[in-house]
Formats: sequence, C-alpha cells, structure tokens
Amino acid sequence: MTQNKTNETPSLLLEMRGISKRFGAVQALTDVRFDVSSDEVVALVGDNGAGKSTLIKLISGIYRPDAGTVRWQGREVSVGSPNDAAALGIATVYQDLALCDNLDVVANLFLGHELATRGGPLAVMDEFAMEHRAVEVLRRLSVKIPSVRIPIASLSGGQRQSVAVARSVLGDNKVVLLDEPTAALGVAQTHEVLELIKRLRDEGLGVVLISHNLADVFAVADRITVLRLGRWVGTYDAKATGREQLVALMTGAVPGTAEAHAGSPAAAAPPAEDVTP
Amino acid sequence: MSSTLEHDPRVIAERAGLRGLGAEYGRRIRQGDIGQLPVVVGLVVIGTIFQLASHGVFLNPFNLVNLTLQMAAGGTISVGIVLVLLLGEIDLSAGVVSGLCAAIMAIANVQVGLPAPVAIGLGLVAGMAVGALQGVWITRFGIPSFVVTLAGLIAWQGALLRVLGKTGTVNLRDPFITALAGTFFTGPAAYACAAVFLAYVAIGPLVTHRRRRAAGLTVPPLAFVAVRAIAISAFVIGVVVVLDADRGISSGLLFLVGCVIVMDFVLRRLRFGRMIYAIGGNAEAARRAGIPVQRVRALVFLLASLFAGWGGILGASRLLAVNQSAGQGDVLLNAIAAAVIGGTSLFGGRGSVWAALLGIMVIQSISNGMDLLSLSSSIKFMITGGVLLSTVTIDAVLRRNRAATSR
Repeated sequence: MTQNKTNETPSLLLEMRGISKRFGAVQALTDVRFDVSSDEVVALVGDNGAGKSTLIKLISGIYRPDAGTVRWQGREVSVGSPNDAAALGIATVYQDLALCDNLDVVANLFLGHELATRGGPLAVMDEFAMEHRAVEVLRRLSVKIPSVRIPIASLSGGQRQSVAVARSVLGDNKVVLLDEPTAALGVAQTHEVLELIKRLRDEGLGVVLISHNLADVFAVADRITVLRLGRWVGTYDAKATGREQLVALMTGAVPGTAEAHAGSPAAAAPPAEDVTP
Repeated sequence: MSSTLEHDPRVIAERAGLRGLGAEYGRRIRQGDIGQLPVVVGLVVIGTIFQLASHGVFLNPFNLVNLTLQMAAGGTISVGIVLVLLLGEIDLSAGVVSGLCAAIMAIANVQVGLPAPVAIGLGLVAGMAVGALQGVWITRFGIPSFVVTLAGLIAWQGALLRVLGKTGTVNLRDPFITALAGTFFTGPAAYACAAVFLAYVAIGPLVTHRRRRAAGLTVPPLAFVAVRAIAISAFVIGVVVVLDADRGISSGLLFLVGCVIVMDFVLRRLRFGRMIYAIGGNAEAARRAGIPVQRVRALVFLLASLFAGWGGILGASRLLAVNQSAGQGDVLLNAIAAAVIGGTSLFGGRGSVWAALLGIMVIQSISNGMDLLSLSSSIKFMITGGVLLSTVTIDAVLRRNRAATSR
C-alpha cells in the first residue's frame, strides 16, 4: 500500500504564516496564513483575484514567497521549485490536467516515474508491475474506467480528472492540491470526483481544494479558508458555516476572523486553526 | 490479483468474442489510432494492380529482390523521420544529410585513403554532429524545427558540394563498402534471419500474452494474437521463399529491419521511448512530469540525422558512387511520405517505427511498379504526390474525428 492509512490523530503537514507575494506593482498576497493537516480536506475559496492561484503556486513551488514562513511537518522549509514540492510530498493536479491523450491510463499514471529495475532513460519499463499498481490504486479509489490500457483520449472528463487525481496517490504524496477539479464536469462526473476527494482524505492525505462551486466545497471540505483581495479573511469549520455567511465573507460584506469585531456575524464561526494545533 | 476494474457501462459496452474486437477496432479507427491495417491493405492492392499490369513481372523473385534493395536507404532515413514526427516535429534536412554523410565517407575512403570502417564511422559521426547542432539550435532558441532543418537543408547542401569539391562524383570500389548493402543471404542463412524476425514480431506477442494471463492481467482473446502471428509468419516465410529463389535476402534489407526492431524496442519498452511519446502527446504534461523535454528533443534530432547518415551510406553502397545530387530529389519526400503512409501522425505522439518499413514498401512498390510499366517521370511524381496527399488527408480527418469523439 502506498499510503500509510493513519488511524492516529491527524498531524499538521503544511503550515504557512505571514505569506506575501508581489508581482511588480501588484501585491498579490499580503500576510496570508494557511494550514493543511493529514486526513482533511481544506477548501480554498475567494472571488476572482483573491489570490487563490498565487497561493497554490507558492505551495507547489512555482513561485517563491517574498515574505513569510513555510513549515512542513513542523520543520521550516523553503519550497523554491516544483521539484522541491514534489520531494516533500506535495502533488498538484492542474486544471488543464497535464495528461497525455495519446498514452494509456497506466502510462499516464506513471509518467516520468515509470517502474523499472534500474534508473535512467535507458531502463526497460516493468509494464506488469505498473499495470498491477495502477489497477490496485484505481480500484482502491473506486475510479471507474473501462480499461487501464485505454488511451486517455477515450475517457470522459470525469474519468480523466480521476486519473489525474489518482496519479497523485501513486507517488507517496502527503498533500494533494486540486485546482478547480470539477470546473468542466457534468453532474454525475462531479459527484464521482467529489467521492474520490473524500477517499483521498480517508487514505490519510491532506487535500487542498480550490473551487468556485460552493456546493462542491460544502460537500467535501472539513475546513474552508477564505481569501479576499490577497488577504486572509479567515478559516472556518465547514459544518458550522452557512452558505450565505461564506459568500458574505468572500465578498467582504462581513468582516472575517482577521478583522473580526465582537458581535459581528462572522464571530459565530470560530477560527478553525484553534482546533488543530 | 485479478485486474478487473469496475466497468462504467456508459463508456464502452465491452462485448466478448470477435464482435467485441471489431467494435474495439472501429472505435480505435474513429479515434485516429488506425494502426497498420490500412497500409497492409494498400500493399495488397498495389501488389495486385502491378502484378496484373506488368503481366507477372512485379512479383517475380528478381524484381522483389530489387525492391528490397531499393527500400534499404529510404527506409532507414524514414526510421529517423518517424522519431521526429512522434515528437510532433519535422526534419527537412534528412535527405541532404544522408548525401553529406555518404560523401564524407566516400572522400575519406577514396581520396584520403582511410580504411572503410573508419570512413563509415566518420560519416556517421558527421551525421550525429549535424543532428546535435540542429537539435540544440531548435531547443535552445525555441525555433520551429521546420525552419532550422530547412536552413539545414540548404546549408548541408553547400557542405556536400564543398566536400565533393571539383570531383563531382566519387566511385566506391572498397569491397567492405560495396558489401555493406550488397551481401546476400540464401538458404539456411535466409531462413535463420526470418526465424529471428518472427521470434520478435510473431512469437514475442504470444509469449507476452501468456505472461500477462499468468500475471492475472487482462488479455485480448488468444485467437486474435494467434491469427496475427500466423498471418505475419505466412507473409514473411512467403517473402523469404520468393527472395531465396533469386539472390536471397540483402544485407541492406537486414540493416533496415534491424534498425526498425531496435527502435521499436526502444520506443515501446524503454523509458526514453515513453518520453518521446509523452512529449509528442502533450509536451507541457511531459515537462510537469519531470521529463527533460528539451534534452529528449535534441537527442531525437541527433538520432534522426544519424539514421539519415546511415541510410545515405547504405544508398551509396548500393549505387557504388556518391555524386553531387546524393540525397536530393525525392529522397527526403519519400522518407517523410513513407513514415506518414505507414501510419505516423504528423501531429505527434501517434505511430510506430514499423511505419518506416511498411511505408517505404508502399512508396518503393509504386515507384518500382511504375518503372516496370515504363511510365514517365511526370506521371510517377504526380501519382506519388497523390498517394502522399491522400494519406495525410486520412490522418487529418481521423484527427478531427478524434477531437469530436473524445468524450
């Protein structure tokens, strides 16, 4: 089994504090905080331009923060490149999927990390081992595809998304970033992907979900971090937060935890950071 | 462990037996994964037409041996072209580079007096150097391969003229060089060659089928694999019997088939091959997966020029001379046409190196057959162009269908 199914208490994996990022004249992020633990789904929400994508790119190593600290399992780290993030165990499933249409499911799952008896580009791939692993992981995640030897081009949008997500499970990752995984999907396919996200959590992974669709967010998220105009508004327990309340926080109609005043509506939702150390 | 997944009935209703296979094949064709069947059908049609039109000359042993000799050089160049096409790139310099490498070999051997193996080595090294330069140029500066290799086509043409100097034509007499493409294997040696070939293309898949079943993986019906193996074996043994009735199997053909088998293994079984397909399919996905995209690209251009050089040397060995028009005319066009006719997509990521072998068989059969019928060059060129255009059209139409049917 790839994932150590942690039945222990969830542990804090990624902890970001005081994160700022500037692009020329644009202050994309200011003093943002963000946490992910194992066994949880954290949704990252905010209106367009809130800084969701920038934050995700900082986590996945595409950008480097200008200021702030990043801790991984309690240790301060510097994530300067996608390879650094991958080495820590952070996988990103991009919106445009990054799959090769011409290759079959097995080839895509192992792309860049093909199994072989030795390393290097001239190694003979172990197709049997890859196919066994692929079938095992897909079955564990209940991903429904006609065959693991079918080219990606023949799959539906939901199936492609599932394959892209399953790839992150194969690589011994601890945190999976999902960028708008349901954006282009129909109702049934969206349901499939949301179920898959829950199973990732049950596998012990920390899942970061970026979505515009609040129904999706409430369906799977344990905690919700809200950004607005590059600032951290607050992090809320999904079960204790209402939909209207979340919209109000996203749009700035009500102040969040960060600028909370006693008696404001947002105070009803306690900051979730206090729950997980 | 069994490998059955939960099936999604909406996607593909998998049916057992040959009808299921037919449905599966139909689906693959609609998605543009046409495989080798069309070109095999094409070969049968071409063979039949010319056999009838030439009153039985086309398929007689003497002519078929000639056909294999004509295939060697162009087919080898086409192997390199298939590699660049799989990346979604193009190499327009391959024809001229084949001439340049042959010229360097000829001058080194005949005028400088170097031993033949050294001269051949020099020619191949020159090919690799040319390929490396083009590959690095394309990847380093991000210039389309079309432009860089077009510049190469012109520049290496100049280099070829420069290397040949005032001589114009160099005749090759060295027995080692002339034996390169012109050695024949008959009788037991010929059948041994056929056995090795069949072990790879016919027995290999049967063994894989068994091992997959033993490992508990899904397998196509055994009948399907067996019928394919029997058909290929019958065809190959038939060809060897006919060739053996004349001069036998030429070394040129063996070199070509050898290159195809080696590159087929590289493409299907090695990580490097997987990288090439991945880049051709989605270069950005390949990059994100940690594949060194630019290095692989540069290396493939190096290989393409190496195969071009080797093809040029085989061609020179057959013609016993290198002259100023070496590698010009239809050499490049035939190599590209062969790759495309054989089923390699111009848009990258789809095809196999067998396309080079099957495609050059089609191209040279047409050329050889029209020679037998004494058709004029004007008609030959027009027909060859028509065949190429229709093949590319099929590729483009299938590609559009693929976009439409992908769900």
